[in-house]
Amino acid sequence: MSRSRRSVLVPSVMAFGFAFLYVPILAMIGYSFNNSRLVTVWDSANSPTLKWYSALWRNQQVLDAAWLSFRIALLNATGAAILGTLAGLVLARFGRFRGRTLLTALTTAPLVMPEVITGLSLLLLFVAMEQTIGWPAGRGVTTLTIAHITFSLSYVAVIVQSRLAGFDVSLEEAAMDLGARPVTVFLRITLPLIAPAIVSGWLLAFTLSWDDLVISQFVAGPGSSTLPMVIFSKVRLGVTPDINALATLMVLTVAVGVVIATVLLRRQERRREQDLRLAAGAD
Amino acid sequence: MAARGLRLGRLLVIGVPMGWLLLFFLAPFLIDFKISLSEVRLAIPPYAPLLEWADGKLVALHLQLTNYRYLFTDSLYVSAYGYSLKVAAISTLLCLLLGYPMALGIARAEPARRNLLLMLVILPFWTSFLLRVYAWMGLLRNNGLINNLLLWAGVIDAPIQMMQTDFAVYLGIVYSYLPFMILPLYTNLEKHDGTLLEAAADLGAKPLAAFLRVTLPLSVPGILAGALLVFIPVVGEYVIPTLLGRPDQLMIGRVLSDEFFANRDWPVASAVAMLMLVLLVAPIVAFQRVQSNAAEAR
Amino acid sequence: MTAADNGAASAPLSAAQPCVRIEGVTKRFGAFTAVDDVSLDIQEGEIFCLLGGSGCGKTTLLRMLAGFEQPSAGRILIDGQDMADVAPYERPVNMMFQSYALFPHMTVQDNVAFGLEQEKLPKAQIAQRVEAMLSLVRLDGMAQRKPHQLSGGQRQRVALARSLVKRPRLLLLDEPLGALDRKLREHTQFELLGLQKQLGVTFVVVTHDQEEAMTLANRIGVMDRGRIVQVGSPRDIYEYPSTRFVADFIGSVNLFEGRLTEDEADYVRVACPELPAPVLVDHGVSAAPEATVWVAIRPEKIQLLRERPAGTDNHAQGTVRDVAYMGDMSIYLVVLPGGRELRVTRANLQRKEEEAFESGDAVWLAWDAASPVVGTG
Repeated sequence: MSRSRRSVLVPSVMAFGFAFLYVPILAMIGYSFNNSRLVTVWDSANSPTLKWYSALWRNQQVLDAAWLSFRIALLNATGAAILGTLAGLVLARFGRFRGRTLLTALTTAPLVMPEVITGLSLLLLFVAMEQTIGWPAGRGVTTLTIAHITFSLSYVAVIVQSRLAGFDVSLEEAAMDLGARPVTVFLRITLPLIAPAIVSGWLLAFTLSWDDLVISQFVAGPGSSTLPMVIFSKVRLGVTPDINALATLMVLTVAVGVVIATVLLRRQERRREQDLRLAAGAD
Repeated sequence: MAARGLRLGRLLVIGVPMGWLLLFFLAPFLIDFKISLSEVRLAIPPYAPLLEWADGKLVALHLQLTNYRYLFTDSLYVSAYGYSLKVAAISTLLCLLLGYPMALGIARAEPARRNLLLMLVILPFWTSFLLRVYAWMGLLRNNGLINNLLLWAGVIDAPIQMMQTDFAVYLGIVYSYLPFMILPLYTNLEKHDGTLLEAAADLGAKPLAAFLRVTLPLSVPGILAGALLVFIPVVGEYVIPTLLGRPDQLMIGRVLSDEFFANRDWPVASAVAMLMLVLLVAPIVAFQRVQSNAAEAR
Repeated sequence: MTAADNGAASAPLSAAQPCVRIEGVTKRFGAFTAVDDVSLDIQEGEIFCLLGGSGCGKTTLLRMLAGFEQPSAGRILIDGQDMADVAPYERPVNMMFQSYALFPHMTVQDNVAFGLEQEKLPKAQIAQRVEAMLSLVRLDGMAQRKPHQLSGGQRQRVALARSLVKRPRLLLLDEPLGALDRKLREHTQFELLGLQKQLGVTFVVVTHDQEEAMTLANRIGVMDRGRIVQVGSPRDIYEYPSTRFVADFIGSVNLFEGRLTEDEADYVRVACPELPAPVLVDHGVSAAPEATVWVAIRPEKIQLLRERPAGTDNHAQGTVRDVAYMGDMSIYLVVLPGGRELRVTRANLQRKEEEAFESGDAVWLAWDAASPVVGTG
């Protein structure tokens, strides 16, 4: 690759791009230590301070909302992981069957569908169901969980499907050849090997549910406000310092999680390389 | 004997996710459609039933298209749809212009740095969407960081109005959706065979020519996937225009939400959703085509 | 009900019933016919090789034996039992995959034990059999390693052990030597032969490499475009090819077309336009008089001479165009006056070649009447 024009353009755009991505977040974190209620006007006399963090701890509304969001995200991630894995398995392994196009469409559409449409439609469904069969009664945890699972499972399905596509089919054939029935093949061969994909799907579904605002607004009931809903209602009125504190905590948690995951992956890669070298020496 | 059990098992494995999606993804659209044809009522729920029964016999079918007529004639809706499509198109283009070089840079980096760079791109994606938009509020306000810096540096005398403008909306959208453009592009570019570029150079092509005639055409599936992943959801964006956007020109997601929550007019809201769906059907089908081509190529 | 149930080799069958009988098997994929009306018997304890180029249907046939594909027509019988609708996990057949297909998340021990676990054997017995098998394939001490910690040759032995430990009636091998380098290949060929003799398992090997087929097989089935073209021992296939395709496919050969001028019970004479003298062959051929036939002469059967040989048949004259020195033998490319090139090989029997033929030399070629093969197919 020649070193001339290209090599100045791309790295500078990249630098700009990364700065663009991170400056707002860093600014937000910085302001969370600002004593002034005006958030962006730095009160150098009294800052930095942790008072907004402690205010957060005492804010019952925020804590309740966080707990609700957490529970729903947990239920959602697990449900989406199960359903998404089944869907991904079917699409990758089951070849042609009646309804395959339909299933493919149903699993890929939620990836792009605007949330206002899915949110509204789901609410209408829940209302109609309540009217005809009495369930779900009112909107709350159940409807929120169902709604979140519905859009999360597509993400898991896509991840699992692409992992299975890159999978050596002869492994499953070999297992069958050695006498294992299809269920055994799935449990002892396929599942362990796609486990990392399922785990990352689980994490992704958790995040999507945790962050979801629009769909939640439609299908949540009067007593159930998720954390994003609480944040949004505060934020509509303007910038508030305790949101900065909350945001900082959330960003740091995620950052730590992602860094740990990357380090673990890197270590696994290095160990694998070592093993390959060990093998190459033999025989 | 074994074959029958196998067939039942298969049916179950296909049926469970299919059933869920049919009930909770497809059926809602049908109900949405039905309600978009009904009349608003001051009741719970706030719409008239479609079918009227008396003594167990179907008496009347109340269907009306007034809701749709509204959408086509009232300037609020027409301009909202138009504005939404325009914003989505321009944002997609901006994401492409910024995201392509970034994806290219990451794909061309050495493998060790590549993981780090990818992690840096994905990290914002994992933090809350809402909070990231909120972060921009802090920067764009009249007494926000940007204005404060410019004032302090003496570049301007009075704060620039950046909030509640088109500029803020584009900024917010590109900021939030950039990873959606970068990731599919990167996935495509990373698979490119490096020897193709070497062959092009060997045949006398300068780097720019090689890029335009080899890399760019091969990256088209990635561009399409990224573009559709941005365009389609942005049409219905709600959070960004609400927090950062103009009060005088609404995007269609905001209109739908207002109709539903503020006006309690479920039928019109449903009609807005249905029409949005119709507008997006072609891009959604295109997206599914791109996805299945990518799956087959593997 | 598999034959491996009691752990002992099954009772010897009467010679009448073959281990595997393939009857009129056809396999179609849409409009494409991969296997076309193949019928074949495979005897117990033999090594049978399906040999052919890519796309000839050999792998499809193998997969039908394993149970991963079902025939579109015809049937497959193993030990007299029809295998229609019998799933792969219910057959007394095991396969060694081309990519070995070792389970990456399991140790060597677990990989080899997997098949026995599916048979629900007691743990102690499994451990014992696994240990014995690992010893047999010379992988003692590797039991706790994972596949990615093994070399290519070691991985293949694990794959072999994993299949053989179940004592199948039939072992299918898909291009077993393809991934190995030359030295390892030779070594492994003899290992495979040794194992087979020791365990007495019937092998069916699929390969495109004729050297592999010639070394391993008791009998070879040559396949072309879904059909079996010839079945026979390696010697039969090489020395007595029944069709032009087989003659050309195996080894190198000089092929000519000619007209049958004399057709007797114990000899024939063929006039080939490319050769100056007629070809006299010491066996008869069933063809119409004056029919067009092909003649095949192997390069090692042609002699290089300085002077014109005696006799009116089986010779030609030309110029040496190229010599390739291969160490144990040399390959000569000889051009005849008409432009036709012949390939002749000769073993380098002596270190100092007094009368070596070089490029540009004039040379006479001769062969005896037992060497050429004549056919109509």
